[in-house]
Amino acid sequence: MSMEGISTSFVMSPPAKAAAPRRSPGPRAILTAAAPFIATSVALAVDRLPSHQTTLPSHLYPLLLEITLGLSLIALLLQLALAPVRTWFAPKAPLLAAFVLLLGFWDLITLKLALMPLPYFPGPDLVIQNLVDNWRMLATCTGYSLLLLSVGFMVGASLGVFCGVLIGWSIRFRYWGMPVLKVLGPIPATALVPLALMLFPTAFISGTSLIALAVWFPVTMLTASGIANVRVSYLDVARTLGAGRVFLIFRVAIPAAMPSIFIGLFMGLGASFLTLIVAETVGVRSGLGWYLAWAQQWADYGKVYAVIVIMAFFFSGLMTLLFKLRDRVLVWQKGVIKW
Amino acid sequence: MVGATAADDLQTKASSLLVRNVSKVHVSADGTHVAALSDVSLSIAAGELVSLVGPSGCGKSTLLRLIAGLDAPSSGELRIGANPISGPSAERGLVFQDPNLFPWLTVRRNIESGLAARNVLREKRHDVDDFMRLVGLESFANAFPHQLSGGMAQRVALARALVNHPRVLLLDEPLGALDAFTRMRMQDEVLRLWQNRGTTMLLVTHDIDEAIYMSDRIVMMTPRPGRIERIIEINQPRPRQRNSSEFLELRGRILEMLHFAGENAQAPNR
Ligand SMILES: Nc1ncnc2c1ncn2[C@@H]1O[C@H](COP(=O)(O)OP(=O)(O)O)[C@@H](O)[C@H]1O
Ligand SMILES: [Mg+2]
Repeated sequence: MSMEGISTSFVMSPPAKAAAPRRSPGPRAILTAAAPFIATSVALAVDRLPSHQTTLPSHLYPLLLEITLGLSLIALLLQLALAPVRTWFAPKAPLLAAFVLLLGFWDLITLKLALMPLPYFPGPDLVIQNLVDNWRMLATCTGYSLLLLSVGFMVGASLGVFCGVLIGWSIRFRYWGMPVLKVLGPIPATALVPLALMLFPTAFISGTSLIALAVWFPVTMLTASGIANVRVSYLDVARTLGAGRVFLIFRVAIPAAMPSIFIGLFMGLGASFLTLIVAETVGVRSGLGWYLAWAQQWADYGKVYAVIVIMAFFFSGLMTLLFKLRDRVLVWQKGVIKW
Repeated sequence: MVGATAADDLQTKASSLLVRNVSKVHVSADGTHVAALSDVSLSIAAGELVSLVGPSGCGKSTLLRLIAGLDAPSSGELRIGANPISGPSAERGLVFQDPNLFPWLTVRRNIESGLAARNVLREKRHDVDDFMRLVGLESFANAFPHQLSGGMAQRVALARALVNHPRVLLLDEPLGALDAFTRMRMQDEVLRLWQNRGTTMLLVTHDIDEAIYMSDRIVMMTPRPGRIERIIEINQPRPRQRNSSEFLELRGRILEMLHFAGENAQAPNR
């Protein structure tokens, strides 16, 4: 698998070429600029429909839409007046509009038409209400998850790079290390939950160990293969320049293996998310995974969706961070310059 | 291309080179043996510039890798000065046909890498500027190798080898990828470096003109197995004229030896 071509930014140019900045915006450019405003108006209109679900009246969702309406109107006016704002905002406008429309659609099929059964599918208002009401709890859980995840990921990634370099560089370490890696590596870290809970004194340590293990395997594998496949001519050149072993490993082999190491880190990060949620569900008494399981036990689906929303931003934020780091470290690679 | 720089003044101590009865058998992955070099003997004086010519597969690169210490001979001995060659060292610089720049380093850092490898970067940092000017790449100091043309990359590779002040500089078709104009300019640059610094140079080339223009002696090799067929001394004074009658006559003679003169080719001795 290759991550090279994937851009950091999730916001790409819109499919329509309408965004081309011109002195006086054409009709398509105006439509693009107005799209968020129109979408928000539609969503607000949907919200004004009578509710067919017997829940409390909405407060936060319409308020949010009204604020969005105001902001999108300001954005529209600014875009009509200033070409630079148009250039900056135009690529984002269709996506924003689609997102607001999706909210309206959600509102329509839940609260307004009652097509989805309660309590499993609450409307947007209830989820937003939960996000606001429980923000303190959610923030604590996010912080806890972040701590668990970052300690586990750091430990696993460092150990992975260390083991990978040893295995990739030294024939002796490869002989003894590969069988261990081949047998232990593919075991899903989540299968070791019972063992980890028994082995370690606290749930936090067993959680971090599981995450570290989940990260360690792909990072070790990809680092080892990256190091073993470094072009021999780079090493030859370095030798004729007077390089010793330390220079060959740290200044030639590891930089040359960086693209491969980053693929391992991405795989490890994905594995760490999964392991985090499982570890928090079974052992740890805090964190986003724990909150999810707890809310589900009480059939409080407003909370369930609220925490899923948080998770979406949490995990995609961490992914983006790793993408940014990769783009920075691998500036030298052709075609990965933008970040 | 550039005026004299401090890099030219840094006199390098040259070393003589001795290759005695060297053979090299390559064993490829499928187990077949290739006699890349068979009983090759060659002695190069300190400060001499010798060219190595011959059809591809006659063992030129193999010989350079043996002298660089990257491979060990199957039999025979190699010496630099009085010392046997036992492994690679910064005193024997090698410029490969492919520039092989480190793609993760900028031009400047690539040129610095020899100094960094020997832990002398701090004292010798100013040398890097001289060599960057020498190969005309000051304005590309912060560019990455993938942004360079083939000729620029090869010049960086040359500077990277030179900044170490090697006693022996091994050049494996370093100018092969360049266009004719850049090539002739670089030949003059290399010659100027060689004259000012007195480095011993062993230059592999497939270009007879280049060999005649640059070297004190031309070593002609033949393949299967790789052997030295003949050594030609070039006694013409420098700077040489590429279109002088002596030059063209020598060129004709060498092409004849290589059986490339053609049906009705005549040595231009009119
Ligand atoms: N690492 C190697 N393994 C097997 N055969 C090799 C290897 N390197 C070179 N050879 C063979 O040795 C011969 C000489 O190669 P080389 O020194 O590269 O010739 P030249 O540089 O003159 O073209 C060729 O037949 C080549 O195929
Ligand atoms: Mg060759």
